[in-house]
Amino acid sequence: MTTHMHTPRHAAPPRATAVAAALPDRTGAMARAAWLGLGLGLSAACLWAWASPANAAAQIQQIETPGGLKAWLVEEHAIPMVAIEIIFPGGAGRDAEGVAGSSYFLSAMLDEGAGELESAAFSAKADELALRFGFDAGQDSFSVSARMLTANRDESVELLRLAMTQPRFDDEPMARVRAQILSGLRNEETDPGAMADKAWRAAVFASDAYGAPMKGEAADVEAMQADDLRAARLRAFNLSGAAIGVVGDITAAELGPMLDRLLGDLPNVAVAPAPKAETSFDGALQVVEFDTPQSVARLVGPGILRDDPDFMPAYVMNHILGGGGFSSRLTEEVREKRGLTYSVWSYLAPLDRAGLYMAGVSSDNARIKEAVDVIRTEWARMRDHGVTAAELEAAQRYLTGAYPLRFDSNAKIAGQLAGLMRDGFAPSYITERNALIEAVTLDDVARVAERLLRPDLLHVVVVGKPEGLLAN
Amino acid sequence: MTPMLSPLTKSPRAALAALAALLVAAAAPTAFAQPQVTTFMLENGMKGVVIEDHRAPVVTHMVWYRVGAADEPHGHSGIAHFFEHLMFKGTDDIPDSAFSKIISSNGGQDNAFTGQDYTAYFQRIAADRLELVMTMEADRMRDLVINDDHIRTERDVVLEERNQRVENDPGALFNEQLDAALYLNHPYGIPVIGWKHEISALNLVDARAFYERWYAPDNAILVVAGDVNPAEVQALAEKHFGPLKPSGVGASPRMRATEPPQLSPRRLTFEDPRVRQPYVTRTYVLPSAKDDLDRAAAREVLAEVLGGGVNSRIAQALTIQSTTALSAGAWHRGGALDYSEMGVYVVPRPGVTLGDAEAALDKVLADFLASDGPTDTELARIKSVSRADKIYSEDSQMTLARIYGAGLTTGLTIDDIQTWQDRIDAVTAEDVMEAARAAFDLDKSVTGWLMTAPANPEEPRG
Repeated sequence: MTTHMHTPRHAAPPRATAVAAALPDRTGAMARAAWLGLGLGLSAACLWAWASPANAAAQIQQIETPGGLKAWLVEEHAIPMVAIEIIFPGGAGRDAEGVAGSSYFLSAMLDEGAGELESAAFSAKADELALRFGFDAGQDSFSVSARMLTANRDESVELLRLAMTQPRFDDEPMARVRAQILSGLRNEETDPGAMADKAWRAAVFASDAYGAPMKGEAADVEAMQADDLRAARLRAFNLSGAAIGVVGDITAAELGPMLDRLLGDLPNVAVAPAPKAETSFDGALQVVEFDTPQSVARLVGPGILRDDPDFMPAYVMNHILGGGGFSSRLTEEVREKRGLTYSVWSYLAPLDRAGLYMAGVSSDNARIKEAVDVIRTEWARMRDHGVTAAELEAAQRYLTGAYPLRFDSNAKIAGQLAGLMRDGFAPSYITERNALIEAVTLDDVARVAERLLRPDLLHVVVVGKPEGLLAN
Repeated sequence: MTPMLSPLTKSPRAALAALAALLVAAAAPTAFAQPQVTTFMLENGMKGVVIEDHRAPVVTHMVWYRVGAADEPHGHSGIAHFFEHLMFKGTDDIPDSAFSKIISSNGGQDNAFTGQDYTAYFQRIAADRLELVMTMEADRMRDLVINDDHIRTERDVVLEERNQRVENDPGALFNEQLDAALYLNHPYGIPVIGWKHEISALNLVDARAFYERWYAPDNAILVVAGDVNPAEVQALAEKHFGPLKPSGVGASPRMRATEPPQLSPRRLTFEDPRVRQPYVTRTYVLPSAKDDLDRAAAREVLAEVLGGGVNSRIAQALTIQSTTALSAGAWHRGGALDYSEMGVYVVPRPGVTLGDAEAALDKVLADFLASDGPTDTELARIKSVSRADKIYSEDSQMTLARIYGAGLTTGLTIDDIQTWQDRIDAVTAEDVMEAARAAFDLDKSVTGWLMTAPANPEEPRG
């Protein structure tokens, strides 16, 4: 549950930069993917699943609870708190079995009352316990993030259990949350980034659920009933394939019974994996006319799945092209040399059922054409000429050296553990991961560059009043 | 643009992490964590703060300058933030925009941010690389080399940043108008990123003058959080920052224009065809937190009672017990050097006018002012949440480092920061009511309506 409200707080950060992060809700800092403009609901864990320090790996305990649940634990007793991250496969992808947008609506309703506690009482109880929790409906998963104090752990777990197993869906919060979601959908109608994302998704995934808006259309939201959410809850909280990461002030002996209490009442039903999504990359340029000073562009082409043997070379390649912030080629060419933008990036999006490779940039209407042209040129240059040995080495030094940065808080580590577990890795992956980065050769990068960098296939969406760009 | 909560940054991505981290403690920007903290002072006037966190072999290294947008020369808005971008362009020792590339090839991340009261530069990196980043940060404190080419391209970057953050977002444009109306004379009325026409005119002379005046060790605070030994940090700081010559700027107080008596409520409407969700907001200007921390703590609690979450008075009255609003609340921002702000807002449901929404909000405020104030239950809940925030904030080096850096550049002492929770705990219902009576003075406020407008009529074609 993150962003269905526009924050009218005077001096709230502008939405282009930080809508999700700007909301001081319990989910905290889950906004990186949203910022990247993907809106695909990738979990943070999924984005950053390829890094962690060896010392964390050494500390990971693989737990099997008395009830048979599997979880990864890192004990950290320095601070009297516990962070829990649980990722349930499915997410909005399973909305197709019910009402479009029901996962998202559900994520906003799970803190609106449960068991005997109506909305206000539930919220007061959470405050009293200082329990922080949030639910996030993603395209491929539904996740729970919670932080609780050691002193209130048992009661916090009980409240969280109630939220997940006995949500009330009372009329008052249903009506309020419905109105909030509808308001959010209206805001997206004039948010250039959201408009661009909606456009490319509909084009690239014309015949797949990925192409539909995750929050549903207004009509879906208006028609949503409590029974729809009850059905969505059973789909969302299916223990089959669930990944659980726990970090903090708790022992393995304590964790097992705790998880059984928290999750023991949830269904555990095997779900057949959904077929791969059909994608269409047509090389088209799509202009969405909108009267705003700065155009927002997205370029979307074929990418790579997480379990592809070439994922790691592709990841390193993307770091050099546009994933590596200030040191990337796109930043160098589009921002540093030409001053065309504040922000340009490229990103490999490994969804469960499709791989995308995309880029984004925002530039003044008069200059967006040049920015898009430069990105296309860089796409082609890397395909044709690969990267230099110096670039590869610098990327490898960054990617291997920066990995502990993703493991410096309980909440971050919990996210990492659940993400790795969800993607089917063993804890040992953490110690092996840097070697995989270091093993990537110039030839590997050249191979994946030729395979993935297809400027002719990029579907380009530009929202704004771009000068010199005509839709084809 | 808020002095505290939305500083501008060099790169959008790390900005998010930083902002999100800050929001962990957003309920009380002055914050209140007490991990192992030690301080030192170099002979040249540079202050050092070390926050130990030995959980991971990682360090967060920050240099905070006591200069922000509110210190800019009149008519040159945006120079503080623009200059922050220029700090990455190169020095005599590290030319050609190599700064971030060197950090990155050492497995580190770097960025910077600018607020009304401070400018800060930071790196996150393996703890054994602390000396490297310290060397580099010390190098650019006095030896920056910039030229007209840097100015031209980076000014375009900043104009695009303004496009992205402000021009493309009617809510952000609205906020600028509100700030400009709220402050009659003080520079907090000018956006941190600067007015567009003034950014466009910034030049090399402006940049060099700004650098000469403000960037010196006696105007800087070093904050190091992470897996470090305080004595070693101090030794490294003496070695690398110690030789830098002070400029004397640190000794002089920051002189800014102050507000005259505010004698009249201000109101504005902002209409934009891109607006899909209208709302009403009001902001009151108040004395700085640093001038009376107990009173600031009472205002912090007041904002929570009135508008912090679903159980607050405003949210209950307007979103739960009536169908006036989609959301509604209140906030307090105490973390600025010269003035604090208190705000209230209502996002009405479809069919509710902004006038009705504002009237309903005013009634909640009036009822509250006529009441006995917060109940014991409310006070207990708010204080308990605040205490928990303190614990959760210890889970992030970045959050802790920002709490100390922001506090020290906005007039607080280490002791003020560390005793903040005690002040919150001491707040009584009477304190809250006194704070409310002092805060809600319409003469010192601006009320704004954000509204949609019909799109411009179709221009004649051909």
